[in-house]
Amino acid sequence: MSSADQPDQAAPAPADLARSVPRGEPHVRLQGIALGYGDTLVQQDLTFDIRRGDVFVIMGGSGCGKSTVMRCLTGLLPPRSGRVLIGEESLWELPPDARSAVMRRNGVMYQGGALWSSMTLEENICLPLEQYTSLAPAQIRAIADYKLALVGLAGYGDYYPAEISGGMRKRVGVARAMALDPDTLYFDEPSAGLDPLSARRLDELILELRDSLGTSMVVITHELDSIFTIADDAVFLDADSKTMLATGNPRELRDHSPIARVRAFLNREPGLMDRG
Amino acid sequence: MTQPTVPPTLDLRTRAGQATLAFAGTWRLTERLPRLDAARRLIDEAPDIDRLAFDGSALDDWDTGLVTYIAGLEQVCRERNLQCDASGLPQGLTKLLTMARTVPQTGTGAHKMDASPSFLARLGSDTMDLVQSTGEIMEFFGEGVIAFKRFLHGRARFRQSDLWVIVQEAGADALPIVGLVSFLVGVILGYIGDQQLAEFGAQIYVADLVGLATVIQMGALITAIVLAGRTGAAFAARIGSMQVNEEIDALRTLGISPMEFLVLPRMLALIAMTPLLAIYADLLGILGGAFVGTVVGGITLSAYLTQTQQAIGWNHIIQGLIAATVYGAIVAASGCLRGMQCGRSAAAVGDATTSAVVTAIVFIVIAAAVLTIIFDAIGLS
Repeated sequence: MSSADQPDQAAPAPADLARSVPRGEPHVRLQGIALGYGDTLVQQDLTFDIRRGDVFVIMGGSGCGKSTVMRCLTGLLPPRSGRVLIGEESLWELPPDARSAVMRRNGVMYQGGALWSSMTLEENICLPLEQYTSLAPAQIRAIADYKLALVGLAGYGDYYPAEISGGMRKRVGVARAMALDPDTLYFDEPSAGLDPLSARRLDELILELRDSLGTSMVVITHELDSIFTIADDAVFLDADSKTMLATGNPRELRDHSPIARVRAFLNREPGLMDRG
Repeated sequence: MTQPTVPPTLDLRTRAGQATLAFAGTWRLTERLPRLDAARRLIDEAPDIDRLAFDGSALDDWDTGLVTYIAGLEQVCRERNLQCDASGLPQGLTKLLTMARTVPQTGTGAHKMDASPSFLARLGSDTMDLVQSTGEIMEFFGEGVIAFKRFLHGRARFRQSDLWVIVQEAGADALPIVGLVSFLVGVILGYIGDQQLAEFGAQIYVADLVGLATVIQMGALITAIVLAGRTGAAFAARIGSMQVNEEIDALRTLGISPMEFLVLPRMLALIAMTPLLAIYADLLGILGGAFVGTVVGGITLSAYLTQTQQAIGWNHIIQGLIAATVYGAIVAASGCLRGMQCGRSAAAVGDATTSAVVTAIVFIVIAAAVLTIIFDAIGLS
């Protein structure tokens, strides 16, 4: 098979990228979060809300800690201080079993897909359903095939992750993340390593899924094209000051943010970045 | 055909307090570039200069070999308080020099390892590593016990199909290599026994020697060492690569414990398979001894087997099976522990694999010694 994403070509282009889902209440809330590894502080004083049904972008330059924030929100890295509220529950103050239950309401698409390499694509999507539902195996397979079709990969269920291209792996990653119909879908650098067309199609997929399922999307990216296409709301993380510099709609931040560094990032002006 | 290149040369001319360093020829990385010391010596030998200019008009060709050379010379000038003038160099070269100078240094250099830490520093960091590593082993052990408890209550989450695949890979697929090694060890033991016992005309006791050594210890030990190299290493590599590819994170975010999903089936498979493989290794070892006893020692096969049967008691077989079960658990735990501890790079997977084999073999030998003492103490031997 060529590395080109053949099924991508069959994916329908959405007629309108504007949102069709009304903005909801905040349902993921960060309150004074500080994060780090060992002796290294990565980010601190993070306080922002993610609203239900929004595409929320966590943006910033390379190495500013975007993925670290996602690891905290998805239950992989406890914060040094602060609280993550998901609905009314404080994620990191829950006992492990209850935390697992809250985490299952999230779906995560990792940068490289992180598909379980010893399983076929269908088995990858079936696993969460097998573990957490009492559906019959035939029903589970039908759901897995449907999710594969949703991401434009119908008929690829019997392939192994190593047999498909990087773009397809990311799409399967999305399908697997959606397996349990999560409340929130997290995407770690969805367009990294993709050609511009495939990246655009993945952006469109994110919007389509949000519009049709009403799922909140949290996207980690530094790709400006992607940010302006999909984001309803965003937070800008800064590597030097190790904290967030701004929140809001990226287009408004680009034009009206009082912080030069944020405007510089969103306007691709490295000179301003240095002065900010 | 390529043109022959003119070798790089360096010449210092001095006039009224100003020295000019002229570069000529091809200054490329692939050429034999003059050492910086040569230029430093020329500058030091020049009388009373306060300014150094560079002249690149006679240069044929250059690359970053010349750029780094000039950057080194600028440093020499700074050390000697000489004014530096690079205007005589090609425009591209001055631009490259400016670029390197203007990029702010963002790295602090704090990450650099101390090349030769003192004895106390090494002792301290090694002690801290040991404490941390012991803590990790205890944590792994604790999580393993919790996972096993959940398994006993039927609440552990793993795929039964995975368990059977691992049983097949660790068990049935290991039969040829375990069989071959055990047979040959039986042959070696047989030869040694035959040579020594022939002096007393007691070759028939080769059967006792081979039978007891194999059933009590060698069968289980050989199986465990082969499994450590074969299966333990594979466990570490598989789980380590899953760590690198974020596959374990993907399990965790779904609320699936990697301890139950990945470690538990591997532990169960090896705890079940190692004793079975050890019995098979015992049989092949005895056959190896019988081969020597009959071919070299001239004992009949039936006499050899009868002697073996008389020598081996149930207590010996039970010792071997208990040892094999413990070794199986050690191999699986070492492989899984090192895989779970694996960093996020290809090199880390290699380290995890090596470490899994070393850990397993060291602990197997320790366990063999401890078990021998325990069996003796409880009167099983």
